[in-house]
Amino acid sequence: MEAGKYPPPTTVDELVVSSALDVLPQVIGFVRQASLHAGLPESAVFACELATDEACTNIIEHAYAGRSDGTIRVACWSDGDEFVVQLHDQGVAFDPGAVREPPLTQDLAARPLGGLGIYFMRSLMDEVRFDFDPMVGNTLTMTKRI
Amino acid sequence: MTEFSIETQELKRCVLVILHGRIDSSKAPQVEAALKELIAADHYRMVIDMSGVEFVSSAFLRVLISTSKAVRRFNRGDVYLAAMPQRIRDVFDLAGLAPLFKLFDTQVEAVGSW
Repeated sequence: MEAGKYPPPTTVDELVVSSALDVLPQVIGFVRQASLHAGLPESAVFACELATDEACTNIIEHAYAGRSDGTIRVACWSDGDEFVVQLHDQGVAFDPGAVREPPLTQDLAARPLGGLGIYFMRSLMDEVRFDFDPMVGNTLTMTKRI
Repeated sequence: MTEFSIETQELKRCVLVILHGRIDSSKAPQVEAALKELIAADHYRMVIDMSGVEFVSSAFLRVLISTSKAVRRFNRGDVYLAAMPQRIRDVFDLAGLAPLFKLFDTQVEAVGSW
């Protein structure tokens, strides 16, 4: 998807939830249904589900710092040969450049506990894009080729 | 879709934890609490049967890493993982965790190794 491109308005599935971890099954189920409907194979559906879990968890824990009174807008659509999951929040601006890739080869004792979420999102999806607008908030757009 | 559940059984030489369903980031804290409770009760030799697990996120992997670190301290135990479905194994491999855990094809083999 080109930067700044908007979805065709008639074909977007949208869900708005509060920023609490217990909404995750609902959000993941929503993305699962939309990705199945778009014709993704089961392995790609699973990738979209996992990337969505990681993205939502980051929004709840970091953008909203654990506050459950924020909102997350989830939108899914197909665009030609691409399936897009877009998450929008109005929490603290997120700088993905500040997140280092986790050291995957270290032994267990030295393994840090964090850093896997964004690495998973980038590994599982074909494109991951973060945009921040001080008026609009954070927009995360993840694309999977069909 | 299988309902999420955690079942624990105290066996002679280890404790068996059977997980079912989808362990997304909202369920991982429940797994963490159950495993911490076992450690608090001096159960350091664990087998986790993953055969019924349909989904995991990095939050669950963090629970496995922290639990494993806790039970391996002073060489008092370990976490053996049994019957991991291929899709879950793929997530495990993506995180580079497979070489850091003892993996068994079946629950019986894992329990028998203690």
